[in-house]
Amino acid sequence: MIEGFTALYIFMLSAVAGYEVISRVPVILHTPLMSGSNFIHGIVVVGAMIVLGHAATPMEQLIGFIAVLLGAGNAVGGYVVTERMLEMFKSSKSEG
Amino acid sequence: METLIQLSYFLAAVLFIVGLKAMSSPKTARKGVMWAGVGMVLAVVVTLFHGDIQGFSNYLLIFVAIAIGSSLAWVTAKRVQMTEMPQMVALYNGMGGGSAGAIGAVALMEAQRKLVESGDSVIHQQMGFDIAVLAVLGGLIGTVAFSGSLVAWAKLDGRMQRNSLMPAQQIVNIVLFAAMVLAGIWVLFSGGMTSIVVFFALALVFGVFMTVPIGGADMPVVISLFNALTGLAVGFKGFVLGNAALIIAGTLVGAAGMLLTHLMAKAMNRPISNVLFSGFGTQATGG
Repeated sequence: MIEGFTALYIFMLSAVAGYEVISRVPVILHTPLMSGSNFIHGIVVVGAMIVLGHAATPMEQLIGFIAVLLGAGNAVGGYVVTERMLEMFKSSKSEG
Repeated sequence: METLIQLSYFLAAVLFIVGLKAMSSPKTARKGVMWAGVGMVLAVVVTLFHGDIQGFSNYLLIFVAIAIGSSLAWVTAKRVQMTEMPQMVALYNGMGGGSAGAIGAVALMEAQRKLVESGDSVIHQQMGFDIAVLAVLGGLIGTVAFSGSLVAWAKLDGRMQRNSLMPAQQIVNIVLFAAMVLAGIWVLFSGGMTSIVVFFALALVFGVFMTVPIGGADMPVVISLFNALTGLAVGFKGFVLGNAALIIAGTLVGAAGMLLTHLMAKAMNRPISNVLFSGFGTQATGG
């Protein structure tokens, strides 16, 4: 478990990392990168699994179920779309 | 087992950062998404052994939800035309936002359920004030990103009228925003379900109203903004659940997404505020 100030430090350092990692990206990669980062926040499915895992009432189970379903969709859809975009990117590059 | 789970989350976080870095260069972009994919699979698989997951029916529900969600997304993502990619990103991003919003809802409902046994009267006592605020804030941002992204998807997909604008949209939006924030504060200081329901309903409506006035050409920037917001919401859910993988991946995407939104807006030669509020100005003078 991560708590209190430890969590705050992690938050701050992750934000800096996110900012730095992207700072010099060419314009052509904007959309694939948006898609790629969209895939990465698909990690939300892990949180959804944990929440559904200790759901105790039918209502909590229902909403938790929706959370896992949507989160899984985010991760899988995000991955496939990013992969396809970069595939196109590669082929168009080799042609030119 | 706990150590193994935490170690895997750590590894996943490293893979996400390295993957995102690789994705920002044309040569290594494909490797980058693959590494991030490995991190994701690892994190999901070890979570199945997480101590918080209990009960056969919950396990069953998790498997069914993952099976349905991922197969639907797989099929739609494989089938879609290349020209329709931006709206698919919006759609999947909306799903992530919806997931974060739903996690917030369940966390708050759980706190509400536990009020009686713990003897507390309001939700922020039960959860701890900081965690309750983050649960509400993450729920708000995630839910707005959810309904907003769905509108963005519908617009780009041609399922929605381009100029569906109401009179005095700007004022309506400001009032809605204020009501949503107030409802969020109400949730913190109440012990009932009503506040939670009202709060999430307002957040859903606000996401729609916020996105409806924005024109199709500006949509990529808006989708990127919602992407960053979803990341932030996921990060906040990480605080609520005490899960470092969520905090790191969510915040990473939140910061990277904000910068990316800024860069995209700059590439279009328009400040972000202009993109977000342009619909208001043009229509207010016209109507």
